[in-house]
Amino acid sequence: MTMKHTLVALVEDKPGVLTRMASLFRRRGFNIESIVVGRSEVPNLSRMTIVLSGSTPMVEQLRKQLDKIIDVVKVFDITAEDTVARELALIKVGATSSNRSEIIQIVDIFRANIVDVAPDSVTVEVTGDEEKIDSLLNLLRGFGIKEMTRTGRIAMARGGRRLPAAKQSSKAEGKRQKA
Amino acid sequence: MKMTGAQIICEGLVKEGVEVIFGFPGGALLPLYDTLARYPQLRHILVRHEQGAAHAADGYARATGKVGVCMATSGPGATNLVTGIANAHLDSSPVVAITGQVARPFIGKDAFQEVDISGITLPITKHNYLVLDVGSLAKIVKEAFYLARTGRPGPVLIDLPRDVQIEQTEFNYPSQVDLPGYKPTFQGHPAQIKKAAKLINEAQRPLIIGGRGIIISGAYAELKQLAETAQIPVITTLLGIGCFPESHILSFGMLGMHGMAYANMAVAAADVIIAIGMRFDDRATGKVSEFAPHASIIHIDIDPAEIGKNVPVVVPIVGDVKLVLNALNKLIISTEHIDWFQQLEGWRREHPSTAIRDCEGLLPQLVIRRIYEVTQGEAIIVTGVGQNQMWAAQYYCYDKPNSLISSGGLGTMGFELPAAIGAKVGCPDTTVWCIAGDGGFQMTIQELATIAQEKLAVKIAIINNAYLGMVRQWQELFYGRRYVATPLSSPDFVKIAEAYGIPGLRVRHKEEVVPAIEQAMAERGPFLIDFVVEPEENVYPMVVPGAALTEVLEGPKKEAQAVSDSAKLPVSNI
Repeated sequence: MTMKHTLVALVEDKPGVLTRMASLFRRRGFNIESIVVGRSEVPNLSRMTIVLSGSTPMVEQLRKQLDKIIDVVKVFDITAEDTVARELALIKVGATSSNRSEIIQIVDIFRANIVDVAPDSVTVEVTGDEEKIDSLLNLLRGFGIKEMTRTGRIAMARGGRRLPAAKQSSKAEGKRQKA
Repeated sequence: MKMTGAQIICEGLVKEGVEVIFGFPGGALLPLYDTLARYPQLRHILVRHEQGAAHAADGYARATGKVGVCMATSGPGATNLVTGIANAHLDSSPVVAITGQVARPFIGKDAFQEVDISGITLPITKHNYLVLDVGSLAKIVKEAFYLARTGRPGPVLIDLPRDVQIEQTEFNYPSQVDLPGYKPTFQGHPAQIKKAAKLINEAQRPLIIGGRGIIISGAYAELKQLAETAQIPVITTLLGIGCFPESHILSFGMLGMHGMAYANMAVAAADVIIAIGMRFDDRATGKVSEFAPHASIIHIDIDPAEIGKNVPVVVPIVGDVKLVLNALNKLIISTEHIDWFQQLEGWRREHPSTAIRDCEGLLPQLVIRRIYEVTQGEAIIVTGVGQNQMWAAQYYCYDKPNSLISSGGLGTMGFELPAAIGAKVGCPDTTVWCIAGDGGFQMTIQELATIAQEKLAVKIAIINNAYLGMVRQWQELFYGRRYVATPLSSPDFVKIAEAYGIPGLRVRHKEEVVPAIEQAMAERGPFLIDFVVEPEENVYPMVVPGAALTEVLEGPKKEAQAVSDSAKLPVSNI
């Protein structure tokens, strides 16, 4: 059964690591919905959140293949876990003096922010899960969306738990392997 | 002590126990080649094409179990390595490839002989490096060898810009590697091993499928103990040949497309399959949905990504085969499976898949059988790809690990001659026979010059049927005998050999076969025999492509059953 999966990967901050992963997605025939890369709490480790659709066995196979990349420290499928997931969007909406207040009202309801105002537009910043951003977009569409950019999902498990590899790497700072 | 990048490479190679490098020089690698002069302990073998260097390193690695090293310059030198690197990747062969690169300021400028070889080889290496800082070089060399030979082995490429080879730095060779993203699992999970033991102990019709992982791990004794304790029949994959003595009473040959009919029948009837160090390749499984319909599969492999990739597995065990089998053997109860064994014996009698038919002409199968008899099974056989490969797998009896070296995953025609060079360099005291087809041989024929220059006693048997035989066989069986682009006119191979300074013979008749092989063996150096065989001989048994393993064409008489139109073939990787 095809469903949306969220993978979290901890990768070494080295040139080429994104290429290695992207090449694997392409070769194994996976279409990525979003991929977000940024720093993690561990120095020299980046954290990626990857959203993609596929059956559980297919995604599990992909996860194992990703894990084989030497610069990838660990990959987790957190789909089944209780997570906090957020996305950020910047939306530039056409606005006139007559409808600007209406837009501001909608923005307030969504607890979004106006980050730029121009004579013929306002730019809205919104954070939330995909559904929230989709619904705001729906409401703003009537005013004319001039430009839009979304970051894609970032996610983290709820509660005090940490991803085991992050723990391992930060504690041991790469426990030496006997060669 | 301060050293140049080139010296650091050479010091690293020495420290890693490298004795031989297969390579071809060029501009971007000149500083390294110049430095090689100061390292007489590193023997350099000059190939005639870089593909030969990669295959030779691969053949060396397979014959010795050590890491093979090949070297090529930037641009075309590096791209010529690609086929050989992919070949090593698919067959999990430990190879370190070192390529020259244009100097750092020229990278990305489309400079002369510049190519992004680390980008090109990304999907066909276990890992690769573009060295941008001479300070990281020692660490990179250390890691490259560690990665190549540990876990599931594979090729690692180091791309070395020209100016990095000249730059100097303090040389400190690390004693350990630090790779947080690479921690292979060696010990199998005890609970899984317990589950596997229970399944095996309760099995009525157990079957072992042995793969190359057993050879890589060196687990022959452990496998033998498992098979003998619980009296489990053993079949192997193509690359698993030699993991278990084929003359053993429990050995039932090879499975797969051209496997023994009885081996494939055993797969179909088994209730428990212990798959060890193999990866359920489509050439081994046939139609995967009908593979082993009655069996619970125990899969032991060091690569977790292989588990459940192609075939559902009941008990997965990730770990080093030798260690897992060691632990497993402690839990196995000594038992017998007389009915099952007799059933298999019966199938073997009824379907003698490797009988040689009566024929006036010279049969390729007979050539292989005679090579086996004359060498008394003591040779390393290195094959090409196609019919010659399958006959070599079927008609020689392999009792020792690493006695068959063949391109399994990639199926690279032209592998045979350079890989035989590598095997002979690695095992100078063992007889090495290169079994080639007349097609594949011409893909790397230039390496005859390497053999002559290095005086390598490689014995070459060309199975010359004047066709690209395996493709012709498919055209015969599945494409209405339309032999498009398969008839092959070849040069006089004996004269070619002579031109390279290698003695040779042509054999057309059965009775000449043994004397010719004996003459080749008596010769101190290399020798070539051009066996002119029956042109339209087919490889049997043959599982209909895309069909289940039990749908077997067993010989020419049943050809009428063959699907005569490719459109009727089931959709599969044909």
